[in-house]
Amino acid sequence: MNRWSIARLVAAKDLRIERRSKVLTNQVIPFAGVTMVIFAFALDAKSARTDDGFVPLLELVAPGLVWLAALFSLLLLVQRAFAIEADDGALDALRVAGVDPVAIFWGKSAALAVQLAVLDMVLLGAAVLLYGADVPAGGLVLLVVTLVVATCGLACVGTLYGGLTAGFSGRETLLPLLVLPVVAPVLIGATRAVESALGTGGVALSEGWPWIGLLTVFAIAFGVGGALAFGPLIDEAT
Amino acid sequence: MTTTTPAPATTPTRTRGTGTTATRLLGIATVVMLGWLVAFGLGFSPADRDQDEAVRIMYVHVPTVWVAYVALGVTALCSALYLFTKKHSLGFDRFAGASAEIAVVFMALTLVSGMLWGKITWGVYWAWDARLTSFALLFISTIGYLAVRSLGGSHQQRAKRSAIVGLLVVLEIPLVHWSVRLWNSLHQEPSVLDTDGDVSIEGLMLFSLFVGVIAFTLLYVWLLLHRTRSMAMADLLDDVGLDQALADRRAEGASS
Amino acid sequence: MSAPAQPVVELSDAVAVLGGFPVLAGATLTVDSGEIVLLHGPNGAGKTSLLRLCAGLLPLERGEGRVFGLDLTSQQVAIRPRVGLLGHHNGLYRDLTVAQNVRFWGATVGATDAEIDAAMERLGVRGRLADVGVARLSAGQKRRTALACLVARRAELWLLDEPHAGLDAAGRDELDDTLREAAAAGATIVVSSHEHERAAALATRQVGVVGGQVAA
Repeated sequence: MNRWSIARLVAAKDLRIERRSKVLTNQVIPFAGVTMVIFAFALDAKSARTDDGFVPLLELVAPGLVWLAALFSLLLLVQRAFAIEADDGALDALRVAGVDPVAIFWGKSAALAVQLAVLDMVLLGAAVLLYGADVPAGGLVLLVVTLVVATCGLACVGTLYGGLTAGFSGRETLLPLLVLPVVAPVLIGATRAVESALGTGGVALSEGWPWIGLLTVFAIAFGVGGALAFGPLIDEAT
Repeated sequence: MTTTTPAPATTPTRTRGTGTTATRLLGIATVVMLGWLVAFGLGFSPADRDQDEAVRIMYVHVPTVWVAYVALGVTALCSALYLFTKKHSLGFDRFAGASAEIAVVFMALTLVSGMLWGKITWGVYWAWDARLTSFALLFISTIGYLAVRSLGGSHQQRAKRSAIVGLLVVLEIPLVHWSVRLWNSLHQEPSVLDTDGDVSIEGLMLFSLFVGVIAFTLLYVWLLLHRTRSMAMADLLDDVGLDQALADRRAEGASS
Repeated sequence: MSAPAQPVVELSDAVAVLGGFPVLAGATLTVDSGEIVLLHGPNGAGKTSLLRLCAGLLPLERGEGRVFGLDLTSQQVAIRPRVGLLGHHNGLYRDLTVAQNVRFWGATVGATDAEIDAAMERLGVRGRLADVGVARLSAGQKRRTALACLVARRAELWLLDEPHAGLDAAGRDELDDTLREAAAAGATIVVSSHEHERAAALATRQVGVVGGQVAA
């Protein structure tokens, strides 16, 4: 079995588990939704002065809130992704069976990315509805590209540090401490890119594309770095 | 305290410390240099034209930034040396860990001294300036690294795990810095950052700064050596404990 | 099976440490191909650690260890696909069905559908049970599913830690039959059990473990 087919196998397994257990749809997406509503309470219905006159504050910060909610949900999804491995010793079994750790990393990252992408789409949709943001036609391409690249980066970081903390029951609290500082670039880049895509506060569409560069470098760095580091991190016996 | 060098072959005893003649001399030099820093920083050097007396904070702030980055560099270097040398020497791991602990302390000092300086000079404790923000994120990541070090397991497990996380922290530095710079360029508030630009440093002020850097570097080396040795002794104690436990365990088998 | 010159497991003076405690304090053990070896001894004697060491889940601190003639420390990667461990956990995904689990583990080594079906058939989890979620299985059915996974991924050395625990009398009989069949089919089995009489009847050899060592 080569690396790619094992990775596909692991990804398919994780997605099949999600389809049968529905943790994403029944728990994580509602959590993200309530987070968005709570943000609205915290920020109130105030307006802010911009070059275009007064704009509701929520509309201005909506892109950032989407990604903030996505980050918090990422932590839940990562914990879930490794709880299914640790619950009945499946991670140990994968190690004993000598399943290629690089393939496990890519497979789990891919499954996480798919789930995260679904979540992000729901959140963006919710932002448009709840906070009254508009999507200009030209921004749609930028929006989709941002979503894909940012999601890949987040999934890789999440899988990497999820694997590190999975072996230590009771140390799940370490995950946010490790993940959040690392994903700060994604929060910044994806927020700006979405701002340009939506034209929030008069940001031009062309200003969004440079951020895609940052997000891409991030995704590649942690895609490669994660693949190299994941094996030694989950496998402590060698 | 005796003057023998800690050697792995001997057993740790109550009386043995982490000091040697060399570190004691280093300690004396550090104290002397810190005394000089107080004299020059607070006494001999003049007040700055723009920053007035607040410039004296710089004589502490700049050296702490310097030591924080040097300490992190040493952590990264030792992590890489541990991972990529054949022997996987625990000595490198202990240097990496000790250096990161010192880095966290100096980063905290940097943040505190920087905020005090900012309050006096800019009128605010915190500005969302690129350097400040990425430094704060780096501070949190270093705390995360230390948390990973304390996860447990054998010495080699601890060393491998923390070396990888240490290198990941280093990988993240340029990404965080780049993104925060780009982010910051949209939110530049020039009035706040004006004084940061061309502060004319000369004569006694430059010398005081130089004294500060030397003093804090010596302090770093002194702390690093002592901390590394105390970690080595703690590890040694574990190993001696293991030999004892091994003997007990064997006796358990023989007696039944 | 003709007895090959090379033993499957060779441990000499193996020391393993868990949380600073020497769980194995110089264990020496040789297991030949096709054997069913029973490890017995009091709780905390090191039976589980011995199995985990052979499975590569516990690092070898001192001493030497070889499995299939390969070094436990340096040739771990080559050993692993040939070893299966069934410990206190079954290593199953509770949200998947029996068939999905067996298929997943089989697929990790590229097993064919026919092989996977045969594995499930052999452990009696094929027909009605195949599409039941693992979360709804009884302890014995889970254990059989886990064994089916070992068969599907072609493990040659089975390391079983207290496989009888949590099973009723009928389940234990079934398990014993399965292990005998597996050994007859060429698997080497090391099993730890508190069910001394039952396991003694099953085993081809008994080994006492005490104080982290193998009794002579």
